Amino acid sequence: MQTVRSAVPGAISTEKQTPFQDASSYNNYYEFGLDKGDPVKNAHTLQTQPWTVRVEGLVNKPQTFDIDQLLKLSAQEERIYRLRCVEGWSMVIPWIGYSLSKLLDKVEPQGSAKYVEFVTLADPKTMPGLRSGVLDWPYTEGLRLDEAMNPLAMLAFGMYGHALPKQNGAPVRLVVPWKYGFKSAKSITTIRLVEQQPGTAWNKAARNEYGFYSNVNPDVPHPRWSQATERRIGEGGLFARRNKTLLFNGYEEQVGQLYAGMDLRKNY
Amino acid sequence: MAFKLTPGQRSAVRVLSHLLCLAPAAWLLYLAITDGLGANPAEALLRSLGDWAIRFICLALAVTPLRQWLHWNAMAKYRRMLGLYAFFYASLHWLSYVVFDMGLDWPGIIADLVNRPFILVGTLAWLILLVLAITSIPKLIRLMGGKRWQWLHRSIYAAAALAVLHFWWMRAGKNNFDEVWLYGSIIAALLLARVVFRVRKARLQHVVKS
Repeated sequence: MQTVRSAVPGAISTEKQTPFQDASSYNNYYEFGLDKGDPVKNAHTLQTQPWTVRVEGLVNKPQTFDIDQLLKLSAQEERIYRLRCVEGWSMVIPWIGYSLSKLLDKVEPQGSAKYVEFVTLADPKTMPGLRSGVLDWPYTEGLRLDEAMNPLAMLAFGMYGHALPKQNGAPVRLVVPWKYGFKSAKSITTIRLVEQQPGTAWNKAARNEYGFYSNVNPDVPHPRWSQATERRIGEGGLFARRNKTLLFNGYEEQVGQLYAGMDLRKNY
Repeated sequence: MAFKLTPGQRSAVRVLSHLLCLAPAAWLLYLAITDGLGANPAEALLRSLGDWAIRFICLALAVTPLRQWLHWNAMAKYRRMLGLYAFFYASLHWLSYVVFDMGLDWPGIIADLVNRPFILVGTLAWLILLVLAITSIPKLIRLMGGKRWQWLHRSIYAAAALAVLHFWWMRAGKNNFDEVWLYGSIIAALLLARVVFRVRKARLQHVVKS
């Protein structure tokens, strides 16, 4: 894919990149199975052509974009982000895409729009995981509008120089690097601007464990995994030391102002 | 069962069963050495050892019902062995949490025990297995006396229940209960088989007496 270097502050981490092999074989994508080894085995059935993304709700110009239109909507930038999973592991991934704000600007959000809801594909014919009642399908996610407009929030179409592998959420996914990985919805079909905070898949499944915000925060513990530290995938093998997790996954300078005055323990 | 084995055959069966019980550990060791545990080797090892611990708990609990229902008394000898392997895998599971997952960060481990009840519950199950393993040394069994020993070793039921609770709690965060149901129902069935057997036996004795 043709890319330009991103000029967005904070968009290029200089840390060692996670091997492509790990980033494309160790995935949480429940529509293709509950085990992290399942998506790479099962996602080949995903049909990514034709693909459209409907942008609707409280906008002046609702529109259905063809994936080819979306690919050309803005210059494709390479950005190297840290990805922190709520399970206590992390990766460094070179994504290809552009700021979500570029798309949102095109549809002109109305003044009453406060939140953005993301709806993803739920196709029982191609997604064996939908047979399990683990989540309320389709998988949905949400951001506050100002979070969605932050230039670091990204629509990604590729990684490691190529189009997204299906198990990583082809053909288009969200990447929000200062939040736990599950906020970054995969294989998006609808983006809806709304006034009320939308329900999100994991919040609906376990309200006390996964909040709407789900910002990476070492000081807000999780009942299952310690959030104080993380293991960087692909480094050191079995004896890898855990690194300290940073507030907002190290993107505090870029996104900290979004949460000024908010109690992050309450709004976890 | 009626068939008789020669002493040579008996020791061959013994060696073979030890090899079978050790095979999962050997396989995991091989994967660890050859970098075959995937992207997150510590997690893969930890989970796999936990799976084997609960499987051996099921196997150990299956001995008595097999003996009672199939009159397969030769199985009795394997109860101790299977129980000790359950302890072996539970210990490796716990150690891999301490060493690989937590990197021997003791304050972090203590914080985990306090904040994450599923880890506390798993640790309690392991401690019960530890006590049972120590008291399965023949000398100690004699020292304790059969009655007291049997009473203490009934706590395997508590360890099994705690192990299922630990597994359930761990998986609750991901709403992923298929395997929890599987092992939970196996253990429940094995415990129920004991109850049914006792009730029937009591009833039979009653009939004989009257």
